Amino acid sequence: MKTLDFLFQRLVKAAFVVLGVVILNFLLIHLAPGDPAAVMAGEAGAGDEKFIAQLRAQFGLDQPLWWQLLTYLKSVLTGDLGFSYRNNVPVAALIMERLPATLLLTASAFLFSLVLGVLLGVLAAYKRGKLADSLIMTGALVFYATPLFWVALMAVLVFSIHLDWLPPFDMESIGADYTGWARFADIAYHLVLPTVTLGLFFTALYTRLTRASMLEVMSLDFVKTARAKGVPKARIIRRHVLRNAVLPVFTFASIQAGQLVGGAVLTETVFAWPGIGRLMFDALLQRDYPVLLGVFLVTAAVVVTVNLVADLLYRIVDPRIEAAG
Amino acid sequence: MKKISRLALGLAGLVGLAAITGLEAEEAKTPVPGGTLNMIAQPEPPILMVGLNTQGPTLYVGGQIYQSLLTYGTGLEVLPSLAKAWDVSEDGLTYSFTLQDGVKWHDGQPFTAEDVVFTADKFLREAHPRWRYIASTYVESVTSPAPGKVIFQLKKPFSAFLYAFELSSFPVVPKHIYEGTDYRTNPANQTPVGTGPFKLEEWKRGSYIHLVKNEDYWKPGQPYLDELYFRIIPDAASRAVAFEKGAVDVLRGGDVEGFAVRRLAKLDGVETTTAGWEMYSPVVFLQMNTRKAPLDEKRVRQAVMHALDREFIVKNVFFGLGKPATSPVASTTRFHSQDVAAYPFDMAKAKALLDEAGVKPAEHTLRLMPIPYGSQWDRLAEYVKQQIEQLGFKVSIQGVDPGGWSQALSEWDFDMTFNFTYQYGDPALGVARHYLSANIIKGTPFGNNQGYVNPKVDELLLAGASAVSAEDAAKAYAEAQKILTEEVALGWLYEMHNVTISREKVKNLVTTGIGLNEAMDEVWLAK
Repeated sequence: MKTLDFLFQRLVKAAFVVLGVVILNFLLIHLAPGDPAAVMAGEAGAGDEKFIAQLRAQFGLDQPLWWQLLTYLKSVLTGDLGFSYRNNVPVAALIMERLPATLLLTASAFLFSLVLGVLLGVLAAYKRGKLADSLIMTGALVFYATPLFWVALMAVLVFSIHLDWLPPFDMESIGADYTGWARFADIAYHLVLPTVTLGLFFTALYTRLTRASMLEVMSLDFVKTARAKGVPKARIIRRHVLRNAVLPVFTFASIQAGQLVGGAVLTETVFAWPGIGRLMFDALLQRDYPVLLGVFLVTAAVVVTVNLVADLLYRIVDPRIEAAG
Repeated sequence: MKKISRLALGLAGLVGLAAITGLEAEEAKTPVPGGTLNMIAQPEPPILMVGLNTQGPTLYVGGQIYQSLLTYGTGLEVLPSLAKAWDVSEDGLTYSFTLQDGVKWHDGQPFTAEDVVFTADKFLREAHPRWRYIASTYVESVTSPAPGKVIFQLKKPFSAFLYAFELSSFPVVPKHIYEGTDYRTNPANQTPVGTGPFKLEEWKRGSYIHLVKNEDYWKPGQPYLDELYFRIIPDAASRAVAFEKGAVDVLRGGDVEGFAVRRLAKLDGVETTTAGWEMYSPVVFLQMNTRKAPLDEKRVRQAVMHALDREFIVKNVFFGLGKPATSPVASTTRFHSQDVAAYPFDMAKAKALLDEAGVKPAEHTLRLMPIPYGSQWDRLAEYVKQQIEQLGFKVSIQGVDPGGWSQALSEWDFDMTFNFTYQYGDPALGVARHYLSANIIKGTPFGNNQGYVNPKVDELLLAGASAVSAEDAAKAYAEAQKILTEEVALGWLYEMHNVTISREKVKNLVTTGIGLNEAMDEVWLAK
């Protein structure tokens, strides 16, 4: 029952957060100079005033801002994300077409970085001061400090061009029309480079975090007690230290979910990954307000959901949280 | 004897070899049907309906789906497309077109003269700013007196009229699909129906656009290709990799950065050409806001022109892909004149002009807004800033994104910016709009946004447009070019040369002056 109450409370809060994000973004977007009508007139190469006025009226941009906001909120609350000015399709259709690719990429990168980061962090802590520790921490420092786009370009250069091991872009082999397992394998093959590229920075982050957290827990009294009792070191690490040390990593990882989407914009660009990040970037340049707002809303919803799931997971990993209410 | 027989053998061998090579040469010219051509659409077009969007990539893909009445050769000669013949009356007021027979829309409906009338009179008049201007200024009526015939009756002669039927200016749209609907929200925009050699099979946004052969195409036996793929690869470096790795066979001008063009052109089995842009002939210019001191003074604008080494710009900023522009009318456009004021690179002269005008450069800070189309334009801005600062002005570069740029341009809120213009073959179609005082309209980009006013120029440009004979038009345009260059209505920098890079196996890729926007019904792949 307690969990249900908690869930309900969090859901209400989440709804408000998403609503706040929508309103804030709506206002911010309209602060930027230029509007879609002007951009489209530019593309027509000779937009006359009639053309621009016609577009503005059609998009509702000739209405006062507060009215546009209310109209938008009303349609969002009824489940309608609007119509893309430029692409001439409903925003929801546009987003749903692209969302799975981004979710696949970010989820893979998330899992990759979390699993590898924690493993390496544990290893580094376990081998503290040894060669393995130094190597891992140097690697972590390098990837923590290297810009994503550079890692991406180098990865393509080495693994696609020189070694020819992995495809440099696309989500699947275009024109191959694979189905079933063959398609699954094809996508997995294409997923490797983008996942690793996007995940490396976060792997470095989690490695450092896990190591620091492990070392802190390892210095606590209960670990000394366990050791004094003669519990094997590996077992102490696994059963006692890791379980405590991993909590801050969890917290951090759930916060980082939003950043992962930000990183996806770059990764999707370099690897021609047909995700939502690129859709957002193009919509921003073209001032396609409904698409932009739609993408913000969906990504906010995804991030809020991830945080919610993380909160629920906490209560399982660490029962003290539930006890504290 | 032996010697003779050896000689004979040798000769026979030579003849045989010649025959084989001749055969091979013949084979190399005979189109082979089948195959898939891979290209890149960059940036991804928002829609493929050419009547509603005329951006480069939209035309590139949409040009395989939609067609116009005419097309134009690399020397701007007028060529048939959906119209097989045309006739202009002596007074230049009546244009009669005879349409091709047996043309069908992709949905199987017959293409008729009524579609052309609807396109000219309804669809493009509402949705297409350039056609609207032509139609409202010059066209009296569009009628179809008999099946397969369309007559455009003009109010007054328009010397550029025969050049107004290029794909981006006059894509013919199906009446049965658009009549009585809201053109912009018509669901058919997602499933384009044209008369072209290829039909849309699938568009996976963010990944690719897949077109397949139109089996009912009106040219018998064509197109030769079975499928076209336009890949979406947003990153320039990745696009170069795509070509290098053979994932795509063709790179359109602008698909990769200038430095990559040089590298890719040197690969084995790769061909390049700058042909296929003659109809558009983009001219890059520095737009100086003539409303603002000191740029309102013509000698200051002349000084700026003398301070810019345009050879240097072409060679170093744009990797040699172009040539310095000498006039508002490109050298490949009709009525280009050589008899114009020239501005050789000469800093001393530039400074002397400023002194003569009594302008103290140190008192002025000029805002320079680069066109937000990539790093080459930023480098151009840096070069221009450096040169103008040598004259003593302070220059601040103001970076903006496309939305902000077109807003600033529309609101005349700039001192200097860059832009380029497509010429569409004739000064009346792509050039005059930047100089006519009637085109100074706040709130619209891409007109006479620098605020240049000269009644004499207005008169000459309109006279050129309304001339019945080509000689009269040439005379009026030559005089206009002389005045415009003397007054530096814009600072013309260079004529852009876009390079098409392709694999040798791709044959007949560029055949007309609209290049890759041309329907690829003649393109084939050598085995």
